[in-house]
Amino acid sequence: MATTTGRSCLQYLLHLAQDHLDFRLPEIKALLALRGKAFQPRGNFREKVCKSNIPILCIFFFTSEGVCPVDSMLSQSHTLLLASSLQSPFWCLDGLSEEDVRSIMGRSVCTKSAFELWGHGRTHSELRTSLLEYPSENMSPFMHKDSTYRINVYTYNKTLVFADRIKRIDALEYLPFEGTVSLKSPQHIFCLLEDYGTDPNNIPEQPFYVYFGRWIADGQRELIRSHSVKNRHFIGNTSMDAGLSFIMANHAKVKENDLVFDPFVGTGSLLVACSQFKAYVCGTDIDYNIIHGKGKSSRKNQKWRGPDENIRANLRQYGTEKMYLDVMLCDASKPVWREGALFDAIITDPPYGIRESTRKTGSHKDITKPPDDIYVESHVPVSKAYHLSDIFTDLLNFSAHHLVMGGRLVYWLPVFSPEYCEDMVPLHPCLQLISNCEQTLSNHTSRRLITMEKIKEPEEIDSSSHQADPRFRPYQGHNSFREKYFSGLNKRGGKEDNKSDVNGE
Amino acid sequence: MKLLTHNMLTSHVKGVTKGYPLLIKATEVKMNEVEFNPQFVTRMIPKLEWSALVQAAEGLGQRQDLPGELVSDYEKNEDFLKKVHRVLLEVEVIEGCLQCPESGREFPISRGIPNMLLNEDEV
Repeated sequence: MATTTGRSCLQYLLHLAQDHLDFRLPEIKALLALRGKAFQPRGNFREKVCKSNIPILCIFFFTSEGVCPVDSMLSQSHTLLLASSLQSPFWCLDGLSEEDVRSIMGRSVCTKSAFELWGHGRTHSELRTSLLEYPSENMSPFMHKDSTYRINVYTYNKTLVFADRIKRIDALEYLPFEGTVSLKSPQHIFCLLEDYGTDPNNIPEQPFYVYFGRWIADGQRELIRSHSVKNRHFIGNTSMDAGLSFIMANHAKVKENDLVFDPFVGTGSLLVACSQFKAYVCGTDIDYNIIHGKGKSSRKNQKWRGPDENIRANLRQYGTEKMYLDVMLCDASKPVWREGALFDAIITDPPYGIRESTRKTGSHKDITKPPDDIYVESHVPVSKAYHLSDIFTDLLNFSAHHLVMGGRLVYWLPVFSPEYCEDMVPLHPCLQLISNCEQTLSNHTSRRLITMEKIKEPEEIDSSSHQADPRFRPYQGHNSFREKYFSGLNKRGGKEDNKSDVNGE
Repeated sequence: MKLLTHNMLTSHVKGVTKGYPLLIKATEVKMNEVEFNPQFVTRMIPKLEWSALVQAAEGLGQRQDLPGELVSDYEKNEDFLKKVHRVLLEVEVIEGCLQCPESGREFPISRGIPNMLLNEDEV
């Protein structure tokens, strides 16, 4: 009953959460791509493609015509344009079906809710005009006299008192609602959304923009709370935050029955997120204690890890143990997988040498002792520095060889902000850069979530070392990033002495 | 270690040219029930080295009647998919080792977790 031929060209309104702003567009795009759909924003969006193929989103301000670009209103620099665009909590999308929207909401941790957009405008009178133009055959299935409904009022960047909210609802009396109101269990929920901008110190009397629509579904914000690291069975010093883990799984287009691999698995936070999306997961790490869940606890009031603190128990905690394949002790610089496209996604948080060391097996010393024939399980091989530039070269080469075609690599790249430029992002001839999102860590460092997609099978020439590539220069020398990280800290603090030579080589 | 993982592992000992498949020497094997998912098994079958899987299952005494050749039209053959599922995901090597077929190097498996690290003198 709710589907007529005209319904496929409906517009949908996404209400996005106001954190991790940079990560939202790649998430929505990846989830749309899983449905085989393109990102089609309404006329007030514009996408620019810069030289490195990273799409940059520019939003035009909402006006009655819906076409007035920001730069005609504000003569600001390009970067300011970008910043303001990513702040908007409301996006309108075209070209989707309700099923697409439900599917995206079943995965998105950046979106709070989605609505079928019935009308919008700069003022309530524009909204009224817009709503009265909306085809009645699109409305009537949800408004007939046997239906029950509720209307919510949501205001962004302003709190309305109860009486004002009732006034807003009463003002909608021009809509032909025939059903009965049910506050507790309505069949249909409608929502009036008012956008008062993003400046909490300058809240206007009247909203900048208003929307009215039918609620379709909520996003997966709840996962951030239910999977919080605070309540997780097994954690380490650098366990990835739940929200970002889910964002990474979404950027990687992880889907049901995929096989996902994390070469720096740690306590398995990323595997937890991927298994939640019904992918089978495996991981490796060089750290014996982490893989076996032994050693000192990372919790405040606990000295040692308990007997069953491991990745498998984490999956069990969230009911996804059936998605667990294996974890192994393995050196990411010497992968143990046979040739072939084995993984649908590779998703990882490599060590940067700040809070965990970067190392691989091997020694600088000449080894004179002949090797024993017996390999003791508990033998801990001597490890040596694993340069960040090598970590990324190895990771990209490995992904080019072991991802299925179209499979994605998602990883964090640490950057020293004063030096960062887009050209520093490592490239590979078989991997296409999809997105590059920044998370600021301090005033001089940040990390960037890099998403790449395999576009061709590697040939011999493609596996050549990228060492000479200038883009790796910032990551050469074992501790170069670490040195910059702490040198910046010294400059800012001023109190600390020049300790940076402690870690120098 | 599950046999699906084993099927994808190879020896990475320096100088070894034919390190696949690794020989399993198990001292403890456990059956661990896992929910059957025919879609996943069907997706994995084309990625498998079938003979290595049969050989591994045989070596652990878990082959049962798994055929030596991959059957055709396995997508619709639920009985066959269940057999593959059991071998891929339910048989777990808890203690033992993996041996490189060429160099003889052994990689210990302890509490179900293979230790694939090479020693400092082997890299």
